[in-house]
Amino acid sequence: MFEPVLLSNVDVPDGHLLATYEAGGGYRALAKALREHTPDEIIDLVKKSNLRGRGGAGFPTGMKWSFVPKRAGKPKYLCCNADEGEPGTFKDRIIMERDPHQLIEGMAICAYAIGAETAYVYIRGEYTLAISRLEQAIAEAHAKGYLGTRIMGSDFSFVVHIHCGAGAYICGEETAMLDSLQGKRAQPRLKPPFPAVEGLYASPTVINNVETLACVPHIVVRGADWFRGIGPDKSPGPKLYCLSGQVRKPGLYELPMGIPLRELVEDCAGGPLPGRKLKAVIPGGVSAPLIPERGLDVGMDFDSLAAAGSMLGSAGVIVIDDSTCIVKVATRIIEFFHHESCGKCTPCREGLNWVVKVLRRVEAGRGAPGDMEQLEALCKGIFGNTFCALGDGAAMGLRAALAHFEDEFVTHIEERRCPFH
Amino acid sequence: MTMREKIEEAAARYPDQRSAIMPALLIAQREHGHLPGSVLEEVADILGVERIWVYELATFYTLFHTEPVGMFHLQLCDNVSCMLRRSEDLLRHLEEVLGIKKGGTTSDGLFTLSTVECLGACEMAPVMQVGDDYHGDLDIARIDALLGRLRATVRLATGAELAAAGPPGE
Repeated sequence: MFEPVLLSNVDVPDGHLLATYEAGGGYRALAKALREHTPDEIIDLVKKSNLRGRGGAGFPTGMKWSFVPKRAGKPKYLCCNADEGEPGTFKDRIIMERDPHQLIEGMAICAYAIGAETAYVYIRGEYTLAISRLEQAIAEAHAKGYLGTRIMGSDFSFVVHIHCGAGAYICGEETAMLDSLQGKRAQPRLKPPFPAVEGLYASPTVINNVETLACVPHIVVRGADWFRGIGPDKSPGPKLYCLSGQVRKPGLYELPMGIPLRELVEDCAGGPLPGRKLKAVIPGGVSAPLIPERGLDVGMDFDSLAAAGSMLGSAGVIVIDDSTCIVKVATRIIEFFHHESCGKCTPCREGLNWVVKVLRRVEAGRGAPGDMEQLEALCKGIFGNTFCALGDGAAMGLRAALAHFEDEFVTHIEERRCPFH
Repeated sequence: MTMREKIEEAAARYPDQRSAIMPALLIAQREHGHLPGSVLEEVADILGVERIWVYELATFYTLFHTEPVGMFHLQLCDNVSCMLRRSEDLLRHLEEVLGIKKGGTTSDGLFTLSTVECLGACEMAPVMQVGDDYHGDLDIARIDALLGRLRATVRLATGAELAAAGPPGE
């Protein structure tokens, strides 16, 4: 039986309060980091743990921290990406609502390691409960001396500010988030320079996801080997999986990285709804290509899912059963990406507009011969040709739907109707 | 605190005033309900930034409303996880009982009905945000009960306002 790590405090009554967090051993990791380790030792520890970013890209966290120049001559910043917008994902919201100190402690340790004195948590404006809980937690941590000047008698000073987003999915892209934090429209920047060198206000900046930072205190207390012992060595650690869609027990589950997707869907979440059969699963939010039922034995980690032609992404697992039309799901996903395209680059802005039009007419039974080829040509025009990963995610997802469920698309076009209506 | 004081307090968190435009717009919208041009200009003046910068943000981010919205903004998620739990039926029902289409506002100004992208609460799909609050695991009966509660808060508020105004005729 796997003992929860990240969710250990989440179901405790008043888990969001400092007293509860302290009673469970909270802020001992920060004390240990400040007293027993130099900043470089913390970076090495996180490197050795093989922690990889939980926001979706899976970049090695310790390596990201090590890219921050030691002597910058400018302030350094930490930004926490709490703009959880990937459809099917709700893990960061639950951490912030029920255990915000776990995040604050992780941020403080990261800031100590990279030499930042200021952090901004970029949080979705819709998450009003998480925002108020985090505000309260920051105030409590300040009052107790876990934040502020010369924390726990060390030379380390650190403050955390909350910055509320205002409803733009693209802010999950780290450089778009930086522009948004600087008061501009959220549009991705050209890289390089990478944020570690030139990020917020052109200063060295680390951007980490909520869940990534929440892992850090546990690594400091229990060690890199413990962390690496959970799940696959190259993609280890405890992991939060968000189960939603047509499944009996939707919810947030914490299990080791690498658990088979089938086990997650059928055992943890109770399998399909009564009388229905599993048809496909989107394993990592709508940017991740869907996997048909026959492929569900894949492990839920970065490398296994990439090898299977999909991705772990945000681990937003969306379950689709046999009562659902894949063309409809694909159309809704592309409508989302089209709506959220920031408009900066042509393949994404214009290409997705075109894809939406073709998909809508196919779903409505007004498809034409040649639409399948048209959709493939549009995916080809978008994939690899956009400024950021938004367009790639849209094209990859659609390609997977076209490949695995070609017959459904063809039936719509040939019979000039949706067979599910 | 006045709106200006709240905005100035928020602006102190940033080394650059431009960063404070988004928080300032959120503060201004709470104050005014929506963001007409006059409010956008007031925000620009308080922060001492270019007006175009403020307009740019107010028209880019979906949480900012440059047009008035009803007292209760019903924001029903219709992204994939909610769609798979039949949010379309809820939309149809809301359109019927409110007598408006998606995007519309009831003639009494109480309700604006919108569909929104994923609210990040898929474990309780189908889900709808009303003001600051999330309402999950919705079905038609729960939607009806929610609308009833919202209407009742208005009646209570109106009653409280009448009471505060003193007995009629004095």
